[in-house]
Amino acid sequence: MSSAHQQLVRLSRPSSKPKAMVEISVDGEAVSVPEGSTILDACKKLGKDIPTLCWHQTLTPANVCRVCMVELEGARTLVPSCSREVEPGMKVKTRNERVDLTRRLVLEMLGSSVDLSISPGTPEMIAEYDARPERFGPDAANVARPVKDDNALYVRDYSKCILCYRCVQACGDDHQNTFAIAVAGRGFDAHISTEFDTPLPNSACVYCGNCIAVCPTGALIARREWQMRGDNTWDESKQTTTDTICPYCGVGCTLTLHVQDGEIVKATSPFGNDVTLGNLCIKGRFGWQHVQNREAD
Amino acid sequence: MDLKFLDAEPTAEERAAVDARLGPPDSAWDGAAERSARDLHVAIGGKKQRDRRHLLLPALQALQGRVGWISEGGFNYVCKRLTVPPAEAWGVATFYMMLSTMPRPRRVLHVCDDIACRARGASDLCDVLRREHSPALHHGFVPGRDDPPQGTKVEISQAHGAWTTAPCLGMCDVAPAALYVDAGAEPVERSLGGMTADRALRLIGGGAVPRDTLENIERADPGKAAASANQADDAPLMPFVGGLGELRLLKRVGVVDPASLESYRMHGGYKALEKAFALGPEGVIRELNEARLVGRGGAAFPTGRKWDMVRAQPEKTRYIICNADESEPGTFKDRVILTADPFAIVEALTIGAYATGARKGYVYIRGEYPLGATRIQYAIDEARRAGLLGSDVMGRNFSFDIEVRRGAGAYICGEETALFESIEGKRGEPRNKPPFPTEKGLFGKPTIVNNVETLANVLPIVLNGGAAAAKIGTPKSTGTRLFCVSGHVGRPGVYEIPMGATLGELIELAGGVAGSGKLQAALLGGAAGGFVQAADMNLRLTHEDTAAVGATLGSGVVVAFDDTVDMKDIVLRIARFFRDESCGQCVPCRVGTMRQYEALSRMLGREPLGSTDQELGLLHELGTAMRDGSICGLGQTAYSAVESAIKRLGLSPT
Repeated sequence: MSSAHQQLVRLSRPSSKPKAMVEISVDGEAVSVPEGSTILDACKKLGKDIPTLCWHQTLTPANVCRVCMVELEGARTLVPSCSREVEPGMKVKTRNERVDLTRRLVLEMLGSSVDLSISPGTPEMIAEYDARPERFGPDAANVARPVKDDNALYVRDYSKCILCYRCVQACGDDHQNTFAIAVAGRGFDAHISTEFDTPLPNSACVYCGNCIAVCPTGALIARREWQMRGDNTWDESKQTTTDTICPYCGVGCTLTLHVQDGEIVKATSPFGNDVTLGNLCIKGRFGWQHVQNREAD
Repeated sequence: MDLKFLDAEPTAEERAAVDARLGPPDSAWDGAAERSARDLHVAIGGKKQRDRRHLLLPALQALQGRVGWISEGGFNYVCKRLTVPPAEAWGVATFYMMLSTMPRPRRVLHVCDDIACRARGASDLCDVLRREHSPALHHGFVPGRDDPPQGTKVEISQAHGAWTTAPCLGMCDVAPAALYVDAGAEPVERSLGGMTADRALRLIGGGAVPRDTLENIERADPGKAAASANQADDAPLMPFVGGLGELRLLKRVGVVDPASLESYRMHGGYKALEKAFALGPEGVIRELNEARLVGRGGAAFPTGRKWDMVRAQPEKTRYIICNADESEPGTFKDRVILTADPFAIVEALTIGAYATGARKGYVYIRGEYPLGATRIQYAIDEARRAGLLGSDVMGRNFSFDIEVRRGAGAYICGEETALFESIEGKRGEPRNKPPFPTEKGLFGKPTIVNNVETLANVLPIVLNGGAAAAKIGTPKSTGTRLFCVSGHVGRPGVYEIPMGATLGELIELAGGVAGSGKLQAALLGGAAGGFVQAADMNLRLTHEDTAAVGATLGSGVVVAFDDTVDMKDIVLRIARFFRDESCGQCVPCRVGTMRQYEALSRMLGREPLGSTDQELGLLHELGTAMRDGSICGLGQTAYSAVESAIKRLGLSPT
């Protein structure tokens, strides 16, 4: 995992050695990308819109959601574009009946088992592929379970979890190296868990919130956002963002403050930032309330 | 790595179990109870400790074997000893169905309710147990939600044992089968055939286990266990073997003493290794290529090419693995070879290592095969004592050794990359390919994975030449092949036949159709295979002929069902098998196998959503997405048998 991540970081930064270019064909169009790139990178270069759920720009591809599948000439099955590296002469098709069927079924499987209501972009994806999760009937098994609300800083609602592995990777050797959570159980019962499902305050969690930053479905959510969504006051159309530098230590992480109605409601860091790769620590991510504490009149 | 552990201590028994497997701790940094003056000044850990991660599963198995389940204290101790983050170890512990993270009695009976045992009364047996006895809890067990159904008394008491259903135990020839486990300082594990409700209840009832219920299996002592292989008290376990023509793979089964290297040598043992040394590594691979040997685990990849690919790798650390995780329902041929002719596998692995430059080999054997594990371990130890393994094999200045690893109840670990993950101490989740194992396999090094039967083929090929082996069978499918014939046949067992013999000949060999005497259908190839019928008796058993009718030889399974069997129940069991055995990593398989099971249940239970045709359409789309979109062969073949049942058996609610 970590070696793939190092490779990804290397790819995203200028290197002294120029990389050999590899030419492949995507939907009949030729495209050249550096050796070690993925089919997804090549598609992006051509401006093709490939749907992804588990893939994230700062993480090792887990290639588990299988929504980015494309057809590769000569391959028995479809291949995951997010992790399959380009080889010279590959011929790839990104949209046809076969590709669309698998993407639609994956979206129906997730839509019928997981609450995707606040997952950015997913309802649109479901509409685009004409996925109808209700096809599996009212009794289809789902992953619904009680919300885990066991600490002051964030809430875990695993009814919204698609098991993309992003939080595990961010907590593990892709970013934080804390290893507080992992995938436990097997098959349809597989889920994200601490050991013995112990509450977070007893676990190794350091509350960096880097898992929240990469969660694609809102299963992991900072407390302020959770409260505001509960109160029906969370409104992203009314939010503005301001980049600043975290005031706490000398690292100087870039901090993006999300502001709604004159109040900071969330802090993130840009994923493209070379210093943070989107990561922060407990102070940067959660320690902003003092900025807006007002003395009582 | 800064690890945080739960506040729980191991019992003395748990500590002893783990230390027996891992050795005593070096310092308080890896779990010693007392902190020495040195420990306060020196931090011991780092990469050296983390490199012991591969011992995680064996350590968890040590706990399970000693106390019958994995408690917080014992679990903590394992994590400390190996410097493994507890959350990750939890992910591993909850992955395997033979481990329990819920309290359990020491005595547990795993009762097979899979297809071959179902054909021989396992469902009725389980119904009786369900009514009369407490079930064993498993990971995440929720009383009332999970099998067994609501209302069942759940009680944990050491006074009596508990039972649980199990997927195929690889004992189809003696169905209905069960695996009896009694945890303790000297754990008892017994594979039992011909199970009855009465015997099951005596095994897990109150008080001591009557000896006669356990008699027909191996002793705890490996020497004795192996020696007793052919004795009368092993009778139910000694499989029926036979064949058409000369036996190449089974010739020593039932003839050789599996506990005696001398006996093995008297029956031609280690002649092939000598020949291999004479041929040289390239010569060995040339013979395999000439024999056109392909893998017998199911995927039929050319063995010589696989060996050659590893041999050609620039990386010099290489591994060879014998995949003995056969868990395909209806398969038991590997069990027969490992229990009856274990030295053959040791010799074949040694030849493979010599030909490819591997210095370390593994036998990964499924956890449900205690006797096979005992015997192969004994054979390895004997071979090492005789200088046939170790730093200087047969004085040839060639170093090779083998380690046995036991699975813990996960079909998916037979998938080669999942097998690597399992040995490495991780969840048995298949890797994305490429890179292929020949390039990046176990511990990221070039690795050969060969099935037991494939390795058994290596010996006669090296000894008698590839050309001779290629003359057997058909031009496209050479050699002989082992078939596991079970269900409603006269003599269930393992049969070796030349490729190209017909299904009818095979079933005749196995004593013909038993039960009612009228064959309704036979499952060919395993749960990932397909169904054939009485009209297919002329089907030639080759890769090309089976492929032409949309079937597969798979792992050599033939489960016969007479016309009294409810095939709907069998197909549902297969769907449940895939649902239960999916690792859960990718969406098409994790959710798809569940949706397939649900749709089949609705349709066959005559409560379809919309119409039967609508459900069939849904199943077809699910199957297509699983086949095209899943990471590994499990999801990709999860629809095969269901599709075959729909198409060939006309599976419908009526």
